[in-house]
Amino acid sequence: MTARVVVAGASLGGLRAAERLRAAGWTGAITVVGDEPHMPYNRPPLSKEVLAGSAPFESLAFTPRASAADVRWRLGTRITAARLNERVLTLDGGEELAFDGLVVATGLRARRLRCAGPSGPGSGRHTLRTLADARALRSRLTRPGTRLVVVGAGFIGCEVAATAVGLGVARVTVVDTEPLPMLRPLGELLARALLHRHERRGVRFALGAGVAGFRGDTRITGVALSDGRVLDADVVVEAVGARPNTEWLEGNGLDLTDGVLTDGHLRAGGLAHVVAVGDVARFPNARYDSVPRRVEHWSIPGDAAKCAASTLLAGLAGHPPPPAPFTPLPTFWSDQHDFRLQSFGTPELGTGDIRVLHGDPAGDVVVGHHSGGHLVGVVSLGNPAASAAAARHRARLLSQPSLLPQGAAP
Amino acid sequence: MKVVVDMDKCQNHGQCVFAAPDVFRLDDGAQLVHVSHPDDALRDDVEEAADVCPMQAILIEGSEP
Repeated sequence: MTARVVVAGASLGGLRAAERLRAAGWTGAITVVGDEPHMPYNRPPLSKEVLAGSAPFESLAFTPRASAADVRWRLGTRITAARLNERVLTLDGGEELAFDGLVVATGLRARRLRCAGPSGPGSGRHTLRTLADARALRSRLTRPGTRLVVVGAGFIGCEVAATAVGLGVARVTVVDTEPLPMLRPLGELLARALLHRHERRGVRFALGAGVAGFRGDTRITGVALSDGRVLDADVVVEAVGARPNTEWLEGNGLDLTDGVLTDGHLRAGGLAHVVAVGDVARFPNARYDSVPRRVEHWSIPGDAAKCAASTLLAGLAGHPPPPAPFTPLPTFWSDQHDFRLQSFGTPELGTGDIRVLHGDPAGDVVVGHHSGGHLVGVVSLGNPAASAAAARHRARLLSQPSLLPQGAAP
Repeated sequence: MKVVVDMDKCQNHGQCVFAAPDVFRLDDGAQLVHVSHPDDALRDDVEEAADVCPMQAILIEGSEP
């Protein structure tokens, strides 16, 4: 039997892993197993162009590299269990799938609120993670007179609110327990500027309060907040984060606390034949420090796939991984209304020391986030020129010293 | 090798500029411009640029080497 790598997860990370295995010289079989019925597709447009109706669903599919043409895709298939030492996966339906090497790329699923009130299909409660989610939400938002409550003022929540205003949704309110939107990644200065921009464009905010429960019988009629307020609502979007899809890996001795813990080369559990990529991987980034973190940014799966493919092929050959660990420079962007947030580096590590580098928070602005006096992140808010100005600091970010305590092992 | 950018999709993120600076750049108005027929020696860079485009707006035409 020819040797086989199984890639668990058929999203961006799974696709890039398959391509990078070929690029790194793997000539054995590659099987990608994914539980959605679709080939890998691009998710950022779901909360923007797809929800707005300006991009057809079909335009989202990635075009795999020619080198990945012989990859076998097992779509609409869920992995229910794994025996890593025996190198066997169990699929729904009971079939067993043997592997020599495994790439864990099963990503996240939307976290749901647990509180009283209507739930389930038809209740008006939505999440936004998949193509099916975006389709369902769009069909509800395009009904005249809709009142939308978005729970969670993070990336998805703010983008959905902006898109909904653009769609002409009658009332859009964003709820969050934090006092400002996107406070954790941005810090106060930009979060406040973001709040004002949303409010000027018609988004309402109910901040500093959580959801106590939903009103209504079988369908949502309102959202009760922890401070006693009740917001009328026909549609609720729960944008309260995501949970790693790791249940199928339980029982193998891996650290699955908030994703799959890996070493600096993306190996899971010290195993030479198991690596993890994408949102599900919790890895240390020696560019900053030694704390393993999950990074839910679009750029990470592609970056990780390169490193993970080399690590896995070395491991399968009985060699140590290539010397360079995985030290990506994270980047994120978020398009909301007519402006863009663009970030390079890890601004959330430097929210205590934020300095304006260009412009003014009331207009187009670029700020630098610092830790221990070092630049750790650059974020712009505004027009394309502001994003381009932020990008000019990228080389500076790449050359900054690590935040590791002096004398600590990398 | 021919590089085609779907300008209806492109939103000037500039990630391609980092991956393949000899082929892509942002002009003074922060709009993307690119070389249509780059040297085949740049294929790896251009493939990387196509991969990292958040809008997946970059297409590479022409047979693989």
